[in-house]
Amino acid sequence: MATREGGLFLPTRCTARPWRPGALLVAQMIRLHNVSKTYYPHGRSRGRPASDAGVTALKSVDLHVPKGQIHGVIGLSGAGKSTLIRCVNLLERPTTGSVFVDDQELTSLSGQALNQARHRIGMIFQHFNLLTSRTVFANVALPLELMGMKRGEIRERVLPLLDLVGLADKVSQYPAQLSGGQKQRVAIARALASRPRVLLCDEATSALDPHTTGAILELLRDINHKLGLTILLITHEMEVVKSICHRVSLISEGKLVEEAEVGDFFTAPRTHLGRSFLNDFLELEPPRALIERLEEAPGEHSHPVVRLAFSGDAVSTPLISRLARECGVDVSILQAKVESIQDRTLGLMIAELMGTADETREAIDYLESHDLKVEVLGHVQRDV
Amino acid sequence: MSSAMFELILEATLDTLYMVAISGVIAALFGIPLGVLLYVTRPQQILAQPVANRLLGVITNIGRSIPFIILMVAIIPFTRMLVGTSIGTNAAAVPLTIAAIPFIARLVEGALNEINPGLVEAAQSMGATPWQIITKVLLPEARGGIFTALTVTVVTLISYSAMAGAVGGGGLGDLGIRYGYNRFSPTVMLITVVILVVMVQGFQSLGDYLVRKSDHK
Repeated sequence: MATREGGLFLPTRCTARPWRPGALLVAQMIRLHNVSKTYYPHGRSRGRPASDAGVTALKSVDLHVPKGQIHGVIGLSGAGKSTLIRCVNLLERPTTGSVFVDDQELTSLSGQALNQARHRIGMIFQHFNLLTSRTVFANVALPLELMGMKRGEIRERVLPLLDLVGLADKVSQYPAQLSGGQKQRVAIARALASRPRVLLCDEATSALDPHTTGAILELLRDINHKLGLTILLITHEMEVVKSICHRVSLISEGKLVEEAEVGDFFTAPRTHLGRSFLNDFLELEPPRALIERLEEAPGEHSHPVVRLAFSGDAVSTPLISRLARECGVDVSILQAKVESIQDRTLGLMIAELMGTADETREAIDYLESHDLKVEVLGHVQRDV
Repeated sequence: MSSAMFELILEATLDTLYMVAISGVIAALFGIPLGVLLYVTRPQQILAQPVANRLLGVITNIGRSIPFIILMVAIIPFTRMLVGTSIGTNAAAVPLTIAAIPFIARLVEGALNEINPGLVEAAQSMGATPWQIITKVLLPEARGGIFTALTVTVVTLISYSAMAGAVGGGGLGDLGIRYGYNRFSPTVMLITVVILVVMVQGFQSLGDYLVRKSDHK
């Protein structure tokens, strides 16, 4: 008897599910496996000759987003961001590959089953996409009506949501009477109405001014925290990634070219594109007058110009003055900036190292030995 | 003016209103769904059916390209089959309805085309079925445009109904032709024209009011 009762405590759910790599460590809420999307110029691909190539928007994308995480996908326009996020709830059906949300394979579903699954996935858009014919209340009620919920229940669900997004006083207004930020708040309340497990954000703050963007991001962070909602967002703004994402993927020409923790991405992006995003964000480019004087190869009487990136301990260590003392090199700081990203501090500096070729080489070695990232941008002729 | 004349005018006015009302209502009942169908079966739309869409489009265009006066005569056998006669207001209502259906359909299709496609996408992301998208998104969002379409249709029907008078359809057009034109009575002609103008103004104002009321953009 005792053993049978004991059996009730066995985690039967675990044994019922197939084992997946990584599943033991953390539950994945969104999984894209080898997802590709090709658009054909003349509609569907049925019975199409092999010569008709089409346009490939996504190439073999693999993406895993653990439960409760905020994952950002950043890329330039046309990189495939929109297609990627639309593949998650199958607004775009992938040409090949599979999409799992909350362990359900969406790519195997269609019709009613897919609609049911979509009730568990909220989505917000760059241009809000609120129905102009409905009040704020009725907009938030829409997904619940679609699920066939009763009026009384809808009311009980909608009002607290409008409270959550801070629009309790706008219940019977129409979207046209609201500001951009308020519209996005309504859209967020609407996306949350069906109590989804996942929220997809399609450039949700790109149409908003910086101040409103901050407030909306704050709200999203709050929701992620309070409701444990998994958020996948796409953006072209590093600011968005910096302020709310835990992890970030970089997309270029339909491929995910880099993925990292946000702190790592901002301190040491691994790809050229990643670095260019970071530089644009930090606006740390050498002055134009200097660029014109930069030469690639070191000359007999030239100094290296370097970009230094330092994070962690290096930020608080007086490295520059030590450099002067220990290597005998003078440092002329051309530009500098310090940013804090999540719990990390990131310093960036463009500097000219003044000394002999040997001295400057030694200085660069010294800096690298202290975990600074040193990039030699070029060399400038010494003023004689 | 004699009271007999007055009665004639009153009767003709009511006949016109009757023809416009009956053909307007029936045409709306068929035309609005046809317009929705024309829109939702377009390629890339929620019920994409390119072949059916093209077929419907061709049929609609045929309906719209036949001049009303010819349509009226051409479908006399059909009219007779439907209402038992080819003369009178009921008989005139048949070609009016047939002419108005594709007219409304194209206008409704145009109104639906004005809707931001993002709204349909949002509804799809919420798991809406095509039917739910039509009833909860497309039709409510296009309400203003549909009222505009119906107003234009009613105004067109008023002028077409006057044409129906030429073949014995009754109504103000009939009166105008028989008394005003054939009997050279400028008074009757003027009165019919004034009544038609007032009618058109009235319906236009009503339509504008409904459009304004349903527009929250």
